[in-house]
Amino acid sequence: MLGLNKKDTALFLIVIALTVFAPFLLNPFPTNSAMAQFNAGYPDLMQRFAIFGIFAIGFNILFGLTGYLSFGHAAFLGVGSYAAVWMFKLLTYNVIPAIVVAVILAGLFSLLIGYISLRRSGIYFSILTLAFAQMSFALAYSVLSNPKFNLTNGETGLQVYADDPQILHGPGLPNLPHVFGWSMRGNNQMSFGAWDFNFNTGYYVCAVCLILGFYLAIRIFRSPFGMMLRAVKSNNTRMTYTGLNARPYALAAFVISGMYAGLAGGLMAAVDPLAGAERMQWTASGEVVLMTILGGAGTLIGPILGAGFIKYFENIFSKINEAVLHSWFSFLPDGLEDVIVALIYPFVGKGWHLTLGMLFMLVVIFLPGGLVEGGQRIGRFTFRRRDAKSADAEREAANQRNPAE
Amino acid sequence: MGILEVKNVNKRFGGLQALGDVNLSVEENSVHAIIGPNGAGKSTLLNCLIGKLIPDTGSVMFDGQSVLGRKPYEINQMGISRVFQTPEIFSDLTVLENMMIPIFATRDGAFRMHAIEKTENEKDIIAQAEEMLENLNLAEQRHTKAASMSRGNKRRLEIGMCLAQNPRLLLLDEPTAGMARADTNNTIDLLKQISDERDITIAIIEHDMHVVFSLAERITVLAQGTPLVEDTPDKIKGHPKVREAYLGESA
Repeated sequence: MLGLNKKDTALFLIVIALTVFAPFLLNPFPTNSAMAQFNAGYPDLMQRFAIFGIFAIGFNILFGLTGYLSFGHAAFLGVGSYAAVWMFKLLTYNVIPAIVVAVILAGLFSLLIGYISLRRSGIYFSILTLAFAQMSFALAYSVLSNPKFNLTNGETGLQVYADDPQILHGPGLPNLPHVFGWSMRGNNQMSFGAWDFNFNTGYYVCAVCLILGFYLAIRIFRSPFGMMLRAVKSNNTRMTYTGLNARPYALAAFVISGMYAGLAGGLMAAVDPLAGAERMQWTASGEVVLMTILGGAGTLIGPILGAGFIKYFENIFSKINEAVLHSWFSFLPDGLEDVIVALIYPFVGKGWHLTLGMLFMLVVIFLPGGLVEGGQRIGRFTFRRRDAKSADAEREAANQRNPAE
Repeated sequence: MGILEVKNVNKRFGGLQALGDVNLSVEENSVHAIIGPNGAGKSTLLNCLIGKLIPDTGSVMFDGQSVLGRKPYEINQMGISRVFQTPEIFSDLTVLENMMIPIFATRDGAFRMHAIEKTENEKDIIAQAEEMLENLNLAEQRHTKAASMSRGNKRRLEIGMCLAQNPRLLLLDEPTAGMARADTNNTIDLLKQISDERDITIAIIEHDMHVVFSLAERITVLAQGTPLVEDTPDKIKGHPKVREAYLGESA
């Protein structure tokens, strides 16, 4: 279908199903139950899943496929956000021109930074991108926000004011980002028994972008161009002595991933018309590296899983505070309850980073291929269980080969 | 006038004179071996030919054009391919993909986006790559990762990848180093077959005298960065200077 082979089509359909039915899948617990705080199906979080999924898919094209580790991708996210908000200020609250301009500007910006950074490879490339991103952050935070020339509105963040031109803004259109009149904040809540499901315009705009972005990523992975990118990652020496200049390929991958980041940034502004400099900070660049590695660098679906995983932790685990823990363990005797809560507390609430860090370490050490490898191992394990006889035979053969084990 | 003309090439590394006034002429469509003891400057010379090192003085001409100052990938585009001492292949890619890349490179030049679309052109390239693999006896392994092949097969694949570009000059840096006898003989047969069937010049650096004397038409002996003698294999075998410097009594 659509130029994809069977396996890729299946994967693509799974991603479509996951994104379209996310409002159901992420709200498995009834609204008033004690487990409801683990529900992730509210608009804000679903939008973040999709947006950071896009960001990570793009990053994976550079890091997973081409092997260049950039520590500065948040800069392109920020450029996308600023570009989108400027479109809201100057043109209209319609998100389509904002997103298009965000992608184009982020692409141009990444062309510039990529052209310079790709003169080096390995750790030097990473440091160069980091330096550029921090420079962009400093520019956005202070330099480009002075009374004479206020491009970014510094600490306050860029936002839309009532006296902005908005030349295409008409009466009857919502005074918030919208897609041809449908407000991005538009939300339909569907109640089904004890369950509530949210269908949000903003989320579905992000979801469509995610699906398109994922489709493009599959095509890039499977194309001859993608093969060349893998060749760059695999052996630069042979690439050179095959008469190929690796740099244009790496630069193309860099710009493509920069445009994905710009799309993510544009969508962030589209769901919430505000752009702040902190979006460009190095922690944001580091986050997308974590997402990609956690999910599985170089795999198609890994980055989306990683993005979802980290965002879920950030938003759900961080909400478990001391009072919630006490209510969970109230059935225990008082002294024991306090001890248990004291033991668990550092890992939840504000300490969610600790849990995430430990999980990240475990994944990197035991599942170098990320969550995708974990899934594959579980798949193989269940397959073996079903086919126990042949598994036994295999083990026997293995024992004969390595009697020491 | 040979296809490759090296004139008065000097190269120093700090206080060490790696190459001193090297002159070398390789005849078109011949097999030319460069031998010499360890540290004689063989690899340095080869690196000067492919743009990895730039000589301090002297000239390197390929087919009447200077290769000096060109980037390695541009030198390759002139028609020089190189086989490395340890096989340089795309280990993470399948054998078939390894074979496809040089064919793409030769057809489409240095950089093409190779459209996201799978083209007719690509089917053609796959067919050509599979035919090459068939000739190399690697067809059965075409969907395995190149990294999992034996050393001898990696070497075959690397030579095949170089040949897929139809180079005019093939440079080999100790192609049988670290190989089992059977693999060495296979490689010798492959190279013989190549030089018989194609209009190709082969320059080979080799330690293994068995390989050198079964392939070379001319031999240059390098010692301490300068050519000692250049002659046919028969003459080299009996040459007193060479015996003294390199071959010892075993020859």
